[in-house]
Amino acid sequence: MATKILGISAFYHDSAAALIVDGKVVFAMQEERATRRKHDPSFPVNAVQACLAQGGARLPGGGALSVDDLDAVAFYEKPLLKFERMLETYYAFAPRGAAQFTVSAPVWAREKLFMKRLLREGLAEAGPYDQARLKLLFPEHHLSHAASAFYPSPFSEAAIVTVDGAGEWACGSICRGSGAGIEMLREQRFPHSLGLLYSAITHYTGFKVNSGEYKVMGLAPYGDPSRAETLKRKLLAEAVELKADGSLWLNQEYFDYAAGLSMTRDGKWEALLGFARRLPETELGADYCDLALAGQRLAEEALVKLGAEARRLTGARDLCLAGGVALNCAANSALLRAGLFDRVWIQPAAGDAGGAVGAALAAHHIYFGRPRAVPEGADGMSGALLGPEFTDAQVEAMAASHGAVWEKVPDEALFGRTADLLASGRVVGWHQGRAEWGPRALGNRSILADARQPGMQERVNLKIKRREGFRPFAPSVTAERAADYFQPGPASPYMLLLGAVKEELRAPLPPDYEQLPPPRKVLVPRSSLPAVTHVDYTARLQTVHRETNPRYHALLEAFRLKTGCAVLLNTSFNVRGEPIVCSPEDSYKCFMGTGLDCLVIGNYIFDKAAQPAAKAEG
Amino acid sequence: MEFLKDLLGFLKERKKWWLLPVIAALLLAGALLLLSGGAAVTPFVYTLF
Repeated sequence: MATKILGISAFYHDSAAALIVDGKVVFAMQEERATRRKHDPSFPVNAVQACLAQGGARLPGGGALSVDDLDAVAFYEKPLLKFERMLETYYAFAPRGAAQFTVSAPVWAREKLFMKRLLREGLAEAGPYDQARLKLLFPEHHLSHAASAFYPSPFSEAAIVTVDGAGEWACGSICRGSGAGIEMLREQRFPHSLGLLYSAITHYTGFKVNSGEYKVMGLAPYGDPSRAETLKRKLLAEAVELKADGSLWLNQEYFDYAAGLSMTRDGKWEALLGFARRLPETELGADYCDLALAGQRLAEEALVKLGAEARRLTGARDLCLAGGVALNCAANSALLRAGLFDRVWIQPAAGDAGGAVGAALAAHHIYFGRPRAVPEGADGMSGALLGPEFTDAQVEAMAASHGAVWEKVPDEALFGRTADLLASGRVVGWHQGRAEWGPRALGNRSILADARQPGMQERVNLKIKRREGFRPFAPSVTAERAADYFQPGPASPYMLLLGAVKEELRAPLPPDYEQLPPPRKVLVPRSSLPAVTHVDYTARLQTVHRETNPRYHALLEAFRLKTGCAVLLNTSFNVRGEPIVCSPEDSYKCFMGTGLDCLVIGNYIFDKAAQPAAKAEG
Repeated sequence: MEFLKDLLGFLKERKKWWLLPVIAALLLAGALLLLSGGAAVTPFVYTLF
């Protein structure tokens, strides 16, 4: 009998569920994709149902599973250990923690302390089962991250580095992965956390903690290197101590997250840095760009030092990464550039959602003691295409319910037709097969456009995405052609590494460039791929592989044959503040509610001008 | 009952019996704070902190 384990991550942010069968990730999904509530922290009842129904259907002789069919359910952290950390923190900071205590105590007293009951009730919502038979397991938060990074990696032995805001006590770890085992070697403990330092900078630069961190990364290249260095030195002199082994110490006089209701003690930061915290949605002045760059450099230095320490402790030649900080592709690339490891593999859902996969894998290999087979091919994540997919009948039913007008096109014509649309400047919603696992759209729930057209960045941003103008979009390129456009580097299938645009594709900047504000700077064409080239000539690169995503690869090839360019702009199929689309219904609604020109769901093409609502408006 | 068993097992494993009165106080305070949705209890809660 195959071992079936359901992993769950929930009750903080980005709740998710994953089904692991005999150590293979069969299905994984974030709850937000179903509830349409971004970063939804609630029990992932929809994701659990999808794991059991759609994941079960994928098994040999498949059919929907019930909770009774599972060998165990693994939750991604230890609630009582987290509770212990909270209590000891309140005790250590008393009486400063009273405000936070009054907010969190009722939540713990009402819900989180009784996690087993919460999980049992949540699972009961997904379907009836025998509660007495249920085996609930609770691996530690950073063990879940480490397992999510090591077990699906293509390495039989590796160093593992996990870094995030906070788990129970640990905010980061260095482990050794070997065979089916993971040995924890070092732990960075709360409140001294690289993730929380980055979140503090996110907060001070006026972005939302736990979701705006990638905006800080996008803002950093606008910073002035010399002024950023000065800010970094100030932080290192007073607020942050970064040690040679990658561990750090944060002076809690400057931070409020341990006991208060904010990330930073703003008065202390203002006195140190010389400028006040930026209020959300206000102008992004140079000071905040400089601070973003200072924070980014600190994160990169810390990660490189952690990598060096991991190499020293394990002697391993390969590295696995997970934890929210591993979503920082600039820091990941800095670690790669340091040349400490031959290969680096990063879990595509490196944040807390990925804990669902890791918890289940840890249960399989460590609790049940099952051996591990190193995944065949690139890795064990199936290109991160592990979510729900929908049938033609479901697409047609959705279209009928909206009176939508569509044309069904066979594969032989689909890729060429879509490439024609893109080459003519149309922006296309591209919905294919299984939804992505993790925060990045990788060509199955993507908005695509021609990256060569100078006005495209502004057009996609203003008419469709409605996000901050300073962030450029990401490029997708076929793996075989990546070296034609980007400087040599490893494959980046999950958009977790940077690629630098080749020198010969770069264009000179106008004389008044330095006087432009950040959102205007990025609009200045600086390469032959202007819509995806950041101000420092880097791009958040996705290499597309025929083996893992043949349909997206075929589209890129069709586009290359028509235009000579194997690169497309790829941004997630959603609008600001909403999760990435999941169902055909979500895709059609997003298509009709934005300036998207066309929608392609499977083999169905929807042209905006032909849709009844568009005609009525026109 | 299961929660109490788990909690006591946890405190024993972690050798942190000193947390027991803190947890009891927290559960009491948490219960009060839960109830303090009604304004009548709120002044009493404030005197605790």
